Amino acid sequence: MLDISPAEWTAILLSLRVAVIATLVATPFGIALAWLLARKDFWGKSMLDAVVHLPLVLPPVVTGYLLLLTFGRRGLAGAFLADHLGIVFAFRWTGAALACGVMSFPLLVRPMRLSIEAIDRRLEQAAETLGAAPFKVFFTVTLPLALPGVLAGMVLGFAKAIGEFGATITFVSNIPGETQTISSAIYSLIQTPDGDTAAGRLVMISVGLAIGALIAAEWFARRATQRLHGN
Amino acid sequence: MLRVDVEKKLGEFSLSASFESEGRVTGLFGASGAGKSSLINMIAGLLRPDRGTIIIDGDVVDDTAAGIHVPTWRRRIGYVFQDARLFPHLNVAQNLDYGRRMNRLAADPAQHTRVVELLDIGALLDRRPGKLSGGERQRVALGRALLSKPRLLLLDEPLGALDEARKLEILPYLVRLRDEANVPMVYVSHDVAELRQLATQIVMLRQGRVTSFGGVKVLT
Repeated sequence: MLDISPAEWTAILLSLRVAVIATLVATPFGIALAWLLARKDFWGKSMLDAVVHLPLVLPPVVTGYLLLLTFGRRGLAGAFLADHLGIVFAFRWTGAALACGVMSFPLLVRPMRLSIEAIDRRLEQAAETLGAAPFKVFFTVTLPLALPGVLAGMVLGFAKAIGEFGATITFVSNIPGETQTISSAIYSLIQTPDGDTAAGRLVMISVGLAIGALIAAEWFARRATQRLHGN
Repeated sequence: MLRVDVEKKLGEFSLSASFESEGRVTGLFGASGAGKSSLINMIAGLLRPDRGTIIIDGDVVDDTAAGIHVPTWRRRIGYVFQDARLFPHLNVAQNLDYGRRMNRLAADPAQHTRVVELLDIGALLDRRPGKLSGGERQRVALGRALLSKPRLLLLDEPLGALDEARKLEILPYLVRLRDEANVPMVYVSHDVAELRQLATQIVMLRQGRVTSFGGVKVLT
């Protein structure tokens, strides 16, 4: 049954690479944004919040198309990055990672934000009275206390990224070995005669990954409560 | 030496207090709502006065006229809160060590041993704050503040959250602290008996004003 062909392996490994890179790159931005939304009041905050959540409610094909317009070869950001930093997104696996990162960002940020909001700010005050400068307070009190939430967000973001389909295929197409992830491979296999068994295998793998991620996220969330109560 | 001369409006409440204390333990006494906590938070730098000056040990930490406001973390104070506020993700030993690390002070095993013995917390070092009793937590909080080597120790009703038995358990430690630790303290309380035992000077507050100042006898 689990006789995975080399082509399928390629898709699985590519999916993993895309999702891992997307999650790792998105995490620092996610933490910064979660902190900003949890702690600061500023003009345009609800607007920023809405923009972050947009990929969750927009049709993925729209997000993909917008990414193509912005980060494609002739897109404003795409041309700049290609000319000055040599980073090309269009029809590359890096583009798939970008699409996955954008699509999973709201799911990644949410648990981080909730865990930062749950922190007792009086603990941060106590740290200040002990001589900790604000950035030290963040790294020695805020972040460690929020860590389970940060990990939960990373796991959820990863799970979303590994299953992303619509925006990815719109932005970087479906090129085996370069941009064909598990999802787009399943899509191609379903369209091929006799592709059913192979599609079935990939479907099972993706269900397994998703369930594993949800269990892990739940576990991290439970750790978070324990941590806040100091047991 | 501590010199305070501040004004602060907090909604309907206005605080205007001025005193100067050389005492080892300056007791801030008053009913709840008299402004004790606001005053101690201003000394700590957690609250900014609208007008006035605060001078700790000859060092101006607040002077609104000159635009000086030294942030809390640079004041070199220790603060013991009513609710201890130990870091739940660190064990007792790490909590005790936190201030030293943040101030980049060299390790001082002799002082560490002295404080741990003074407060009788040697047996707790490996435990997490969640596994401590209220009294133990407060002793660790005292140790944590002391080990950051403050030049002034602020205590905001440190016994306020404890029942009678626990208060009696902690009080002797505070007396030893006063006599042996060599750090001047500001002690906020609404409990006359507590202040009689501990304080050397009293600042009496009522509705945001200092009504009397002097030795412990003003408490009668």
